[in-house]
Amino acid sequence: MNMATAIAQPVERENYLNKEYGVWSWLLTTDHKRIALLYLGSITFFFFIGGFFALLIRLELLTPAGDLVQADTYNKLFSMHGIVMVFFFLVPSIPAVLGNFLVPMMIGAKDLAFPRINLLSWYLYIIGGGMMVHCMLTGGVDTGWTFYAPFSTNFSNTKVVEAGLAVFVAGFSSILTGLNFVVTIHRMRAPGMTWSRLPLFIWAHYATSIIQLLGTPVLAITLTLVVAERALHLGIFDPKLGGDPVLFQHLFWFYSHPAVYIMILPAMGVVTEIIACFSRKRIFGYSFVAFSSIAIAVFGFLVWAHHMFVAGTSVYAALVFSSLSYAVAVPSAIKVFNWTATLYKGSIHYDAPMLYAFGFLGLFTIGGLTGLFLAALGIDVHVTDTYFVVAHFHYIMVGGAVMGYLGGMHFWWPKISGRLYPEGWARLAALIVFIGFNLTFFPQFLLGYMGMPRRYYDYSHMPEFQVLNVLSTAGATVLGVGYLLPMVYFLWSMRYGKPAPYNPWNAAGLEWQTTSPPTTFNFDEEPVVTWEAYNYEELDAPQKEVPVAK
Amino acid sequence: MQNNASQTAVQSANGEAHDAHNPALLHHFAEPQQQRDAASLGMWVFLATEVMFFGGLFCAYLIYRRWYFGDFAAASTSINMWLGATNTAVLICSSLTVVLAVWAAQTSRRTLLIGSLVLTMLLGLVFLGIKGVEYKQKFDEHHVPGASFSFDNEEIPGHPGQYANPAHAQIFFALYFVMTGLHALHMIIGLGIFAWLLVAAWKGRFTPEYHTPVEIGGLYWHFVDIVWIYLFPLLYLIDRHP
Repeated sequence: MNMATAIAQPVERENYLNKEYGVWSWLLTTDHKRIALLYLGSITFFFFIGGFFALLIRLELLTPAGDLVQADTYNKLFSMHGIVMVFFFLVPSIPAVLGNFLVPMMIGAKDLAFPRINLLSWYLYIIGGGMMVHCMLTGGVDTGWTFYAPFSTNFSNTKVVEAGLAVFVAGFSSILTGLNFVVTIHRMRAPGMTWSRLPLFIWAHYATSIIQLLGTPVLAITLTLVVAERALHLGIFDPKLGGDPVLFQHLFWFYSHPAVYIMILPAMGVVTEIIACFSRKRIFGYSFVAFSSIAIAVFGFLVWAHHMFVAGTSVYAALVFSSLSYAVAVPSAIKVFNWTATLYKGSIHYDAPMLYAFGFLGLFTIGGLTGLFLAALGIDVHVTDTYFVVAHFHYIMVGGAVMGYLGGMHFWWPKISGRLYPEGWARLAALIVFIGFNLTFFPQFLLGYMGMPRRYYDYSHMPEFQVLNVLSTAGATVLGVGYLLPMVYFLWSMRYGKPAPYNPWNAAGLEWQTTSPPTTFNFDEEPVVTWEAYNYEELDAPQKEVPVAK
Repeated sequence: MQNNASQTAVQSANGEAHDAHNPALLHHFAEPQQQRDAASLGMWVFLATEVMFFGGLFCAYLIYRRWYFGDFAAASTSINMWLGATNTAVLICSSLTVVLAVWAAQTSRRTLLIGSLVLTMLLGLVFLGIKGVEYKQKFDEHHVPGASFSFDNEEIPGHPGQYANPAHAQIFFALYFVMTGLHALHMIIGLGIFAWLLVAAWKGRFTPEYHTPVEIGGLYWHFVDIVWIYLFPLLYLIDRHP
């Protein structure tokens, strides 16, 4: 990028990082930016715990025989990998870190509407996370992240109650984040920041918040019933007593399918910002991209039973849910086509955030298209509970959500830390992540289609699957290096990185018009917005005056 | 104190002055109206999440009621309808006192405000007391799901000679206890909120300009009442005949 426009940063200007020091200034802060950093630290911790479990799973599958861990241990490994990654990393990742940091700044507000509730949400996350860590240290849980009844309620001898309560508490943290975002976006926008001028990152977070608000409580009541059933044998999910385990699946997926959109929508928001900035163009079809986020949130609530095609769902219900699942592809495709159209004739810069955005585009498309395979009744029955499903949702969650998260972290790191990260290393890491990811998960599509079931720790009766499994494990190792690198150079840059100018990417958006790092209340004066979002043509036009916050 | 004053001066320079008449205005809001709107929208959004929370239970209830209607009717008959009806009346009265409290806060009638808050809490406690009596009866009759549960030889209303399946009746009682239990938990939280409101009202913190806590606390209380309005007929009045 053109660094000539960089404004030299005065040394030791007061900002949210150096305003106060000491443990309590962090633990009792109500500054959304500091809470974002608290979240960043805690979700990174859980990311590496979940990653550690993933590594053990991949090592076990290196050979066909079950020789590294016991069967029971393996069940616990994939269960805790799923629970940690879904509920303690992916769901909070972009909203609680980047969203927390950026939502108020992007709309020109001093903070979220309820700063203390924001802090409470982090504490709930920490309490839930602490319970989960305690659960893992004292024996763990083996139900899979889905807690399916009646195994979870009647048969499992592991710590189901504690894990369920941990997820329950973390769920409330997610609800409170969503509540804060909805109210903030409605009530705290700066003068002139109309709905049609909002960055699409905000639209994506608005849609995400709606899902968090309407979905998570259903998960909460479902887990409450599981805990009550397990403790008291109520019979609600127990077929022996007239209960219905399929009801559990309905209630569970009513949250957990939309939860996929909690993970992917914010990443879509991040990618939209990055693509517009590094193509130097206004996003193509702004209102289509905005409303496709809402459409995904709404359709997302109507497709849950496609997880249950082999659970005795009637043909007619399956038909309806299959068609509705196809309907989700429409707003998703609208996004992909609009991003592509934005790239068209753009002046594209290949900086690290953009590399992640490109990775997202390709991997999300593969993940989405294989989702259509799974929405089709015939193919779904064939590949249910195989590695095809595993590969599909990792393309969405890791190839999509984590790529978006990393892209966003690089894009906004200068704003968050006030320092520039090393661009060369970052591009290398992006490349390693992309290669490692595909090497890990593409073989799993093939394995699944050939019939390798998921959740098996021993495949010695089908040794022909070993080659692809070795490739996958090798890929996981590469991927692990790709994830460690950014953590190392981000930490390095906090001390040794070059000080960042206000707007290192010359990007549109209010967050770039304040200092890096920002002051506690974000803006010295309340901004008044008089321009449309993504006004890159104006920004890049040399003769015109660049609009600045007033 | 001097330090404080200079801080205020700095804030004024930044255009973040606290409203002189309203110390309750938080720093990140531009004006009291914005703060009020945010708080009120926040409570409405929170209530939407509560609807979904109870919604999962209502969904389970409706499915099992349709499957096991006779068993549910028999189990429902064993609950004391008059205790439930009294509690319904108690809660409706408490909604009235909540509205009075909001009105009193808006029109700065401090005594009425404190009186209404106290009365609301008393009605809430009466509700919980009656609920406790009801739970005690169920406990004595071995209608609490679990090892000592028994519901043998209970006739299905309107079908002489047909007896309810105890396992299916147990699902009714499980839902009964989870639904009314979670409702009672919300009542207890409501009492906590109102205790806080009472202290604040006692200290004279509410004015016609600033009474948002009374308003949104009241919203919460009304919501908990409304949940009961649905629970009462669904749990107590299945297939009752005079």
